[in-house]
Amino acid sequence: MERLFKYSVLYFVVFFTNTIYSQTIEVCENCTMSSLKDAISYAKDFDTILVKKGTYKEHNIKVDKPLTIIGENYPIIDGELKGEIITIVSDDVTVDGLFLINVGTSYTEDYAAIRVRRSKNFTIQNLVLEKLFFGIYIEKSRDGKVFHNKIIGDAVEEYNSGNGIQLWYSKNIQIEHNFVQHVRDGIYLEFSNDCLIKNNVSANNLRYGLHFMFSNDDIYQDNTFENNGAGVAVMFSKRIKMLNNVFKENWGTASYGMLLKEINDAEILGNTFEENTIGINVEGSNRITYKNNNFISNGWAIKVRGACYNNSFIENNFLYNSFDISYNSKINDNVFDRNYWSNYTGYDLDKDGIGDVPYRPVKLFSYIVNRTPETIILLRSLFIDIIDFSEKVSPVFTPDNLLDTNPLIKKIEW
Amino acid sequence: MLKILKYSFYDLMRSRWSYVYFAFYLLLGVVLLFLNNDLSKAVITLMNVIIVLVPLIGTIFGVMYYYNSKEFTELLLAQPLKRSSIFLGQYLGVALSLSMSLILGLGLPFVFYGLFESSAIWDFSLLLITGTFLTFIFTALAFNIALSNENKIKGFGYAILLWLFLAIIYDGIFLMTLIMFEDYPLDKLSLVGTMLNPIDLSRTLILLKLDISALLGYTGAVFKQFFGTNIGLIVSLIMLSVWVVIPVLRIMFKSKKKDF
Repeated sequence: MERLFKYSVLYFVVFFTNTIYSQTIEVCENCTMSSLKDAISYAKDFDTILVKKGTYKEHNIKVDKPLTIIGENYPIIDGELKGEIITIVSDDVTVDGLFLINVGTSYTEDYAAIRVRRSKNFTIQNLVLEKLFFGIYIEKSRDGKVFHNKIIGDAVEEYNSGNGIQLWYSKNIQIEHNFVQHVRDGIYLEFSNDCLIKNNVSANNLRYGLHFMFSNDDIYQDNTFENNGAGVAVMFSKRIKMLNNVFKENWGTASYGMLLKEINDAEILGNTFEENTIGINVEGSNRITYKNNNFISNGWAIKVRGACYNNSFIENNFLYNSFDISYNSKINDNVFDRNYWSNYTGYDLDKDGIGDVPYRPVKLFSYIVNRTPETIILLRSLFIDIIDFSEKVSPVFTPDNLLDTNPLIKKIEW
Repeated sequence: MLKILKYSFYDLMRSRWSYVYFAFYLLLGVVLLFLNNDLSKAVITLMNVIIVLVPLIGTIFGVMYYYNSKEFTELLLAQPLKRSSIFLGQYLGVALSLSMSLILGLGLPFVFYGLFESSAIWDFSLLLITGTFLTFIFTALAFNIALSNENKIKGFGYAILLWLFLAIIYDGIFLMTLIMFEDYPLDKLSLVGTMLNPIDLSRTLILLKLDISALLGYTGAVFKQFFGTNIGLIVSLIMLSVWVVIPVLRIMFKSKKKDF
């Protein structure tokens, strides 16, 4: 009993000191605090600022102390196209539930709707961003969270538009459940390590849905990338994990589901590539494991451009692609094993689920199309089938060791 | 003309070959659906079959029918009938009965398999439309050959050669030309080359539906306009109709001049 009493006293003491020392400041159009800027300069460390519904015409709001800013029913902060809206320069800041609109466009400075600079432990969540240049810009920061934001841009041209969520020299950032569309790059990472990008939807962007540059040890999983200018680009990065993402309908001449360039030691597991002109375009990438991916109805499922060594393609489904694999050289150092190929025509007499004849995924025709792209018009012609068949019997132009010795008879389910 | 059409049509309906042809497609459809659980994949396989087989059967059957019914034709010619209506009636009789075998033979199994609830219905109807066009085109070409050659053996020879040329050799030559002139802009040439061969034309028409993602991989602006919009579909259908009309006109022209 005594102990219980002690605890409850302790509890009340803690509770009251908390409420006394960290107060809540309300911002509304008729309050004493009628702007967010005033509230921030008035507030003490670890206060909460509650922004009521309304329109606040403000820009260059600098958050320089650890605060929690919460919007009620999505108050609109209108930057009036004059520049950046919110800049966070302090640690431990939370921004929640605001509607940021009209970020200024500049050709010399990257104005963002919300920028985090050299901070730790920030949380940015439930924001809606419209009419923006850059959306959420995180530079030289670490240990942050970016959750449940909705970014809807109106980008038309690449040179005068910005990215939805941009990370620059940042570390350990979690980006989850965001929805980004109509900007230049949906999510862009440069020199950012140990980040987790999960459950986002990035669609209809001008350039890439997701863009990695010089960022190592990141994970992106369960995202959907749809109808972007050129799909997803992963470049010059090491040890990236790409899990269970969906890449859809990236159509066009330089359009890919995923572009890999100078990527080493990555894992690509459980992804779905559907109806892209090129599912994965690989260039100069080594020691990558491709496992349990679905390639469905793509023009080219995988296009290997050269300098790719020690990659393994294991247990993937290749379904109804116009071309399964395309190579532009005769050298092959990659392993294909236990995949299911819908174009496989062999048989399985011993009934162990593995075809008795190896499958050659590279067709002669894909080699011809690489050389003379116009010949694509002869796709599925009887003549082409005949020359493909003769190439299959005795390979001359395609790498002769490029084969799946254990093609599966049934589609893999997992 | 309608009366002759009716006679030819019923004559063919009673003949064994129509049933064999019908049974073949029926079997093909059933087996394909039985082996593939996927309707859209079955459509791809069917496309390969239709594009090669329909022209072959159209040509052979057309030539065969013309030579076989020659005596009947001569009898009709003795009557006060317009020549063009005699030959057109016969041509339409053959073409219609062949198309009917094709449509019913392939259609029935697919309908029973649940085509109407499936998304493949447009692909499939496009397939049947192209198949019908090909039947009409190649039967007309066959009648042309038969009208120009009194000698049966020669006629058959030319008919098979025509099929071989359009189905295989043409593409070979086409491919070689494209590779030889690869330094030049080729997108117009390749489209024109496709237009000039009805088999290629129907193939492209189906590619538009099945392999659009691969076709858009090529850079040419003309290509993009052709494949990226509905223009491709419309132009292809118009060209297929032109391919029917021209041989039919020649049948009428030739039959007027010919001595029997």
